[in-house]
Amino acid sequence: MKRLEKKHPLAIRWFHWINFPVLAIMIWSGTLIYWANDVYRIGFGDKTLLKFYPDSFYKAFHIDGRLAEGMAWHFVFMWFFFINGMLYVLYTIFSGEWRLLVPDKKSFKEAIQVTLYDFHLSKFKPPQGKYNGAQKIAYTAIIIMGFGSLVTGLAIYKPIQWSWVTWLCGGYTTARIIHFILTIGYVLFFLIHITQVILAGWNNFRAMVVGFDVVDRKENIPMSTENPVLIEDETENETKP
Amino acid sequence: MKEPEENDGHKVPGDNTNESGHSEGFYEIRPEHAHEPAPEQQPEHKNRIADDTDRIKDDTDKFRNDKNKITDDTSLKKTVRRKTIIGLIVLLGMLTLFVFGFAWVMHQPKDEEAYGPLRKILDLNEKVNRQFYKESSLAPLYPISKSEKKPRVNGDLGMDTSFKIADWELYVVNIDSHDTMTLNMDSIKKLPKTEICFNFKCIEGWSQITFWGGVRFIDFVNHYHLATHSHKPLSNENASDVARYAGFQTPDDQYYVGLDMASALHPQTLLCYEMNGKPLAYDQGAPLRLIVPVKYGIKSLKRIGVIFFSDRRPADYWYEQGYDYDAAL
Repeated sequence: MKRLEKKHPLAIRWFHWINFPVLAIMIWSGTLIYWANDVYRIGFGDKTLLKFYPDSFYKAFHIDGRLAEGMAWHFVFMWFFFINGMLYVLYTIFSGEWRLLVPDKKSFKEAIQVTLYDFHLSKFKPPQGKYNGAQKIAYTAIIIMGFGSLVTGLAIYKPIQWSWVTWLCGGYTTARIIHFILTIGYVLFFLIHITQVILAGWNNFRAMVVGFDVVDRKENIPMSTENPVLIEDETENETKP
Repeated sequence: MKEPEENDGHKVPGDNTNESGHSEGFYEIRPEHAHEPAPEQQPEHKNRIADDTDRIKDDTDKFRNDKNKITDDTSLKKTVRRKTIIGLIVLLGMLTLFVFGFAWVMHQPKDEEAYGPLRKILDLNEKVNRQFYKESSLAPLYPISKSEKKPRVNGDLGMDTSFKIADWELYVVNIDSHDTMTLNMDSIKKLPKTEICFNFKCIEGWSQITFWGGVRFIDFVNHYHLATHSHKPLSNENASDVARYAGFQTPDDQYYVGLDMASALHPQTLLCYEMNGKPLAYDQGAPLRLIVPVKYGIKSLKRIGVIFFSDRRPADYWYEQGYDYDAAL
């Protein structure tokens, strides 16, 4: 007999899935803006290891020459990104969900153990609750990153009226670089997230859609009895990310 | 949201399960042990969080609906399948709606090159930003030594190459006036000179510290009694006397910008005739250009031919190309 186990509250599922297309629009429109002055590269001196992005990339995705359009989309969807993110944070605070999400002292050690386990470098899998240490760190970091994007975004958007924000970000050009690096962070997060979701399997993915996990139960317990039934817990809570 | 919701802590009429699903420690009390006094209404999450790692959770009954009682694996499977299908439909429906919404916006008639719905929100953004506008917010200043020796030349819009600096004259049309005032460079240079070294920001994303000299636009306006319906000098007492906008055009009319009067009269806005202490270079808009530090560079029109004042928003070249009108920083 299997049993169902609550996992993701309805509100969090909505915030999660709304954020997905909204963030996609923000990254796409941000790229339309970046095209107009695509100066960032990774390298030292005159040697360039990586340039964001080659012209072929712009041509392939029809990104070139759309600065005004990019700004329009960006400055409309910034509101949705902001509101959805704020509601999510408020929800986690008031529902108490934050306790499951914010890393504690153990999380960092656990994160290393989980990573070693995931890469098959260690056989030890630390016991976990709803989220393991690595997840707690990642899901908290992504919120801090979102906050960083809002702040650096404001610093670039209105550097004179909000000059103290720009100053806090280390100036206009620095704010712009941080804003860009955070975007790369989202893309990397997305890639790792997708990989992990695929590895974790259907049950885990479904939990983000319907809210529950289907979990094996070792003992077959009759579902309807007159009297309370006490079950001795022998089942290891085997929830994957 | 049609999706059946979890029953979070509160009881729904007709739901005879008891919400004490999570008991402490290693024992779990099946929810069916009804009829004893309900435990004090504790928010569900508190229990869940208190002992997240060691506790077995069985929320099966919370996902039970009245028609499908979950009594065995088959009925559980049925419920799971039904809820999964509904959940996926809702999710895919939401994403599809999003894609259609996106396509819908892209097919809306454009308002000055920006898709209609986006333009509406851009205009709204300007209203929001105006709430935060303070005249005292100045563009940060930099030491002159930090300024770019050869500032970037980014555009030649309105810069007709047959133009001769020697032939230049400035035409000024005041509000409520049909007379055009013609000025030459000497009359402008007679006014007090102001210099500014600031970080010039292009809407494309680059910025440069640049050093400019010229006449504050507010000094120019005050000197010639411009921008007021009464043709008297500006005064703080009568705001409705002041024109709402100033318009600027190149001599060939190819490039034109409008400024809200607050930005035009901003203490850092210059009618500029010097760069790096030398007369303005030809490709930097000689002999006279605008420098509006509180706006993106698209408002700092090169080679001013005409200045006028109006209560109606003047045409603006880049606004017509899909940018927002304010272009404020």
